[in-house]
Amino acid sequence: MLDHAGGQIDGDGRLRHLLTLQGLPRETLLAVLDTAASFVSIGEREVKKVPLLRGKTIFNLFFEPSTRTRTTFEIAAKRLSADVISLNVQSSSQSKGETMLDTVQNLEAMNADMFVVRHAASGAAHFIARHVRSHISVVNAGDGRHAHPTQGLLDMFTIRHFKGDFAPLRVAIVGDVLHSRVARSEIHALRTLGVREIRVVAPKTLLPSGIEELGVRVFHDMTEGLRGVDVVMMLRLQNERMKGSLLPSAGEYFKNYGLTAAKLALAAPDAIVMHPGPMNRGVEIDSAVADGPQAVILPQVTFGIAVRMAVMSMLAGGQS
Amino acid sequence: MKISLLGGRVVDPANGFDGVVDIHIAAGRVAAIGSAPQGFQANRRIEATGLVICPGLVDLAARLREPGLEHRATLESEMHAAAAGGVTTLACPPDTDPPLDEPGLVEMLKFRARNLPGPRVFPVGALTTGLHGETITEMSELTEAGCVAFSHADAPLADTQVLLRALQYAATFGHPVWLRPQDSCLARGGIAHEGAVAGALGLVGVPVVAETVAIATIIQLVRLTGARVHLCRMSSAAGVELLRAARNEGLPITADVAAHHLHLTDAELPRFDAQLRLVPPLRSEADRAALSAAVADGTIDAVCSDHAPLDDEVKEVPFGEAEPGASGIELLLPLTLAWAERAGVSLAMALATISSRPAAVLGLPYGHIVEGGPADLCVFDPRAQWTVRREALFSQGRNTPFLGQTLTGQVRYTIIDGHVDFERH
Repeated sequence: MLDHAGGQIDGDGRLRHLLTLQGLPRETLLAVLDTAASFVSIGEREVKKVPLLRGKTIFNLFFEPSTRTRTTFEIAAKRLSADVISLNVQSSSQSKGETMLDTVQNLEAMNADMFVVRHAASGAAHFIARHVRSHISVVNAGDGRHAHPTQGLLDMFTIRHFKGDFAPLRVAIVGDVLHSRVARSEIHALRTLGVREIRVVAPKTLLPSGIEELGVRVFHDMTEGLRGVDVVMMLRLQNERMKGSLLPSAGEYFKNYGLTAAKLALAAPDAIVMHPGPMNRGVEIDSAVADGPQAVILPQVTFGIAVRMAVMSMLAGGQS
Repeated sequence: MKISLLGGRVVDPANGFDGVVDIHIAAGRVAAIGSAPQGFQANRRIEATGLVICPGLVDLAARLREPGLEHRATLESEMHAAAAGGVTTLACPPDTDPPLDEPGLVEMLKFRARNLPGPRVFPVGALTTGLHGETITEMSELTEAGCVAFSHADAPLADTQVLLRALQYAATFGHPVWLRPQDSCLARGGIAHEGAVAGALGLVGVPVVAETVAIATIIQLVRLTGARVHLCRMSSAAGVELLRAARNEGLPITADVAAHHLHLTDAELPRFDAQLRLVPPLRSEADRAALSAAVADGTIDAVCSDHAPLDDEVKEVPFGEAEPGASGIELLLPLTLAWAERAGVSLAMALATISSRPAAVLGLPYGHIVEGGPADLCVFDPRAQWTVRREALFSQGRNTPFLGQTLTGQVRYTIIDGHVDFERH
């Protein structure tokens, strides 16, 4: 039986699935980051391939549209020499009325070794992990508002790359925490890795209840929330949240929670600015900051490939 | 058919009786408790030593899925499941397809149920036509057809003016109104108890205020109209406090809780098990403890199964996409016994919450054992342990969060109207 964290690791301490960062031990997180570090240089070579996953078949099962995450998973799999097939399930089987379980079982019958799953429902990756045959690994590429563990890991990789040690860092996560699987994964990882302080900055309408119990300090005033922080992690505000009963307008949101050069000046002088993308310029972040010297948003994308390679190779290595 | 039940421990909470005594049944009635009447010749003698004989269970919420939802379950399957659970009287909510909003539908259901073995079936009529929350139903006609109360099931009744009018109209004729206290706007989109667990898991919350706002509204409308209201499926400590205050004030309000809410909390949710998707949602341990205490002190009158058989397809999906509900009528007795054990409540008190107390809510002459009264009895082995497996259930719905768990207490005989409608050896 899978529980939410323990079931991701098998009896021998190997990673079976990657579903959430909640409950994953510090050594596992660091092992992913260290493995990823060894893969970064592969992307800079002329021949960007290693044979680690040769002969393995990986299915990218995207029940929810995505360009960036799907592409980086594809590239990561290809650089590991796996055969990778990306399925935009939303536009094929599901519209024909096939259930998710049927889709998964059909792909199993094609001798899949790994599923990379994105789905709009929280817990979808857990559901698939519970139903696949025991040799198949599941990577959660985003489930509803719950978790996006590879994004959380690549963010940790980026922070470590630019800041070194986690222990002295103050980190602010700013924006729509309520709807964000990225924020939840970041919080779990930052806590496990032991940063000095995790802050979340958002209006009350965009915070889940009980967020303090995850070990964060809540700020509603962005100028206070950013004061002295070493890392600013911005979150995307989706279009449909920009007006209605959560927020009055994108303009007022930018006024209160948009990252401008003036607000960034309150953070530590060498603070880095991160964003999981895609950015809404002029809504959650000003272009001057997004393109400025403190932004590490493009390196996040590059490191994302290495981190996903690390995760896939560790999962596949666990069974070979 | 004349039956003698010999040597069983008879527990009749309504009359405060608990002792080993024989019961003799004839012509659908309890002919005698103790020695057999002069010249009594039993056609069947049932050895009940070591077993408990209690009033047949009364379940305030069991969906039989007819009319219209026969792909989920049939009257035959669910009435058999009810009998297997020791239930001899049940009320079924109006959330069928179409809803029970016309006398013809109710008469047909009553007729079909009467011709099948199994419990006495008392439909709860729809409070508004189609459960759309707009037009009140023909409550007098529906009562004549067999409805014992009127309810909105889990359908939203957002318009408080309609609610007020419905309560006024029901109060005019003394019809009881059963309401699920949930503000449909505050609960919109929610699938789990709003709190730290749902927050961390990224599940949309149903806040406790969705229940308390609704209860506060209902209490004020009861004060205004004098309607008799039954609150279905209490879920929160704060809701229980409002209920307790209303009862202390003397308002005609009763309430029930689903058996699973006395055992489970949102702490189970990180498994994302779709069987835990329930309405109302499983709340915190503090809420569970308050519900348990409220049943023990009588603030909550009855424990019910909230039986909702579903087909596997709607549960074999991620948590948030699953349909809410659990099949529970066969677990009502063992879950109530387990609750009593955990809460330190006597066997008689436990049995009262699933027999005499729900019978009193219904205002029907069941849920007790008296000479000359209806022979509706549940005979169970209080020590028998059994594991909840799919194949162990008679209900067509195998959707229960208790699958795989071992429970104590199993029905041996269910006697309804003097007939052995179920037996297990």
